[in-house]
Amino acid sequence: MSQITTAAIQDSPPTEAGTALQTEVAGLIVTALNLEIKPEDINPDDALFGDGLGLDSIDILEVALEVSKRYGFQLRADNEDNVRIFRSLRSLADHIAGQRTL
Amino acid sequence: MTAAAHPLLTHPTPDSIVAWRQGEAVTVAGFLGDVARVAAALPPGRHVLNTCGDRYRFAVGLAAGLVSGRVSLLPSTITREVVGHLRAFAPDVFCLADGNQDAFGLPCVAYPDDRRQDTAPRAIPLLPDDLPVAWLFTSGSTGMPVPHRKNWGALVRNVRAEAGLLGLTDGRRHTIVGTVPAQHSYGFESTVMVALQSGAAFAAGRPLFPADICAAIAAVPRPRALVTTPFHLRTLLDSGVAIPALDLVVSATAPLSVPLARDTEARCHAPLLEIYGATETGQIACRRSVETAEWQLFPGVELTQEDGRTWASGGHVEGKVALDDVLELAGPGRFVLHGRSADMINIAGKRSSLAYLNHQLCAVPGVTDGAFFVPDEETPDGVTRLVAVVVAPGLDATALTRALRARIEPAFLPRRVLFVAGLPRNSTGKLPAEALRTLVAAHPKRQP
Repeated sequence: MSQITTAAIQDSPPTEAGTALQTEVAGLIVTALNLEIKPEDINPDDALFGDGLGLDSIDILEVALEVSKRYGFQLRADNEDNVRIFRSLRSLADHIAGQRTL
Repeated sequence: MTAAAHPLLTHPTPDSIVAWRQGEAVTVAGFLGDVARVAAALPPGRHVLNTCGDRYRFAVGLAAGLVSGRVSLLPSTITREVVGHLRAFAPDVFCLADGNQDAFGLPCVAYPDDRRQDTAPRAIPLLPDDLPVAWLFTSGSTGMPVPHRKNWGALVRNVRAEAGLLGLTDGRRHTIVGTVPAQHSYGFESTVMVALQSGAAFAAGRPLFPADICAAIAAVPRPRALVTTPFHLRTLLDSGVAIPALDLVVSATAPLSVPLARDTEARCHAPLLEIYGATETGQIACRRSVETAEWQLFPGVELTQEDGRTWASGGHVEGKVALDDVLELAGPGRFVLHGRSADMINIAGKRSSLAYLNHQLCAVPGVTDGAFFVPDEETPDGVTRLVAVVVAPGLDATALTRALRARIEPAFLPRRVLFVAGLPRNSTGKLPAEALRTLVAAHPKRQP
């Protein structure tokens, strides 16, 4: 997905389908990582790494595994830049929307 | 007295392949050209914090240090706290980096990449056995990392023994694909050093996702060896991806379950060898996990038990070194591993000690008392995450985690933080494990 398309999605009101997918992916993250928060507590634009949700590379692999099972595609890291896809719930959901086969 | 010496690498000709970078072969001549170029570009400090994520750049940085009298510092993680210790340990330390790694104020030099290989003829450097190669660090019991020096001779003896046991010296010239960082002692020895000392090649990438691992394997010629961990193996097999042909799988950092070992051999059509070692000793044993639970010691290495501890000596091990694990001797050169000592923690291959983590927890401003708790493992080959039990009236979980993040590796950050009025310490101030377990059990996980 080009940067222009990403910006367009972020600037426009979220579509119903996009929001539904975000909620679904938030649930997947909470379940896969056994987190003690509610899926709706994850702000779509908060960082998943670092000071936001605080995921690390172990978590990323666990989530990636669940994503591949649920949505039928394998995540790839461009030049090991997995940070880009996992920057936020929104970016992960956007990536899934563009890649899913299930 | 003339010290013995070993060459930087053992490949037979200048055209031999040392590494693969995105489908491009790097020869011995090209590697030596890069080593000379990078060595000339290093600043004056004698200690290098080599954070290069690319395995090839890491290896060039390591070798550039070796030929110019610089020692690499290889901490298991880089946090503000760790960098503070490194500065105190080696005030002239500088960082050699190939990405945007935060070096927390250390002087930094960017890896000077140049893909044109300078293949001018160069002699392979001969390095004395007593040359210090690297300092590795383990977490001590007092909050201070404990340094361990790796000398060239011992390191070479260790990885040559490893190469023999793994079958890398059968003349077929393997290519090694690693999922572990080159900075981790296992990755350091079993991807970079073992390749340099067995005429093998290594792939420069460090693939993370299963599909990336498969692409990295497919991008290099056979025979291929995958050097990985139980956690990475489990996610690779569980993902259902088609794994390209492999000729050897190597796993270390934590014992594999037998089902995962069997599954790995069946799906990869290759033998799986597990390696046992520790930062203090290097690698000292291996096993074919589908055939036996017993570990076979490396040639010359011996174990003795006294005072309730197991000690390694002989072979490449310098002196007599205590092991942190609980071992049962099972016959000449063999042992059974019964687990780690109660204080040791291993999360997805990252090791620390409870004493160290508790020290860091209690050093957070606002924490008056605290302790980490290790929940019972839920699944074999899975990952256990820690619980922190804390007395800290003015802090919430977010603030505490943020403060801890500056001190300890992310893998050890607590998944749950339990705020309590006091810890169940006994009259001598000790915190009985059972009391802590009862306390945690009395606070059931909040259902999301």
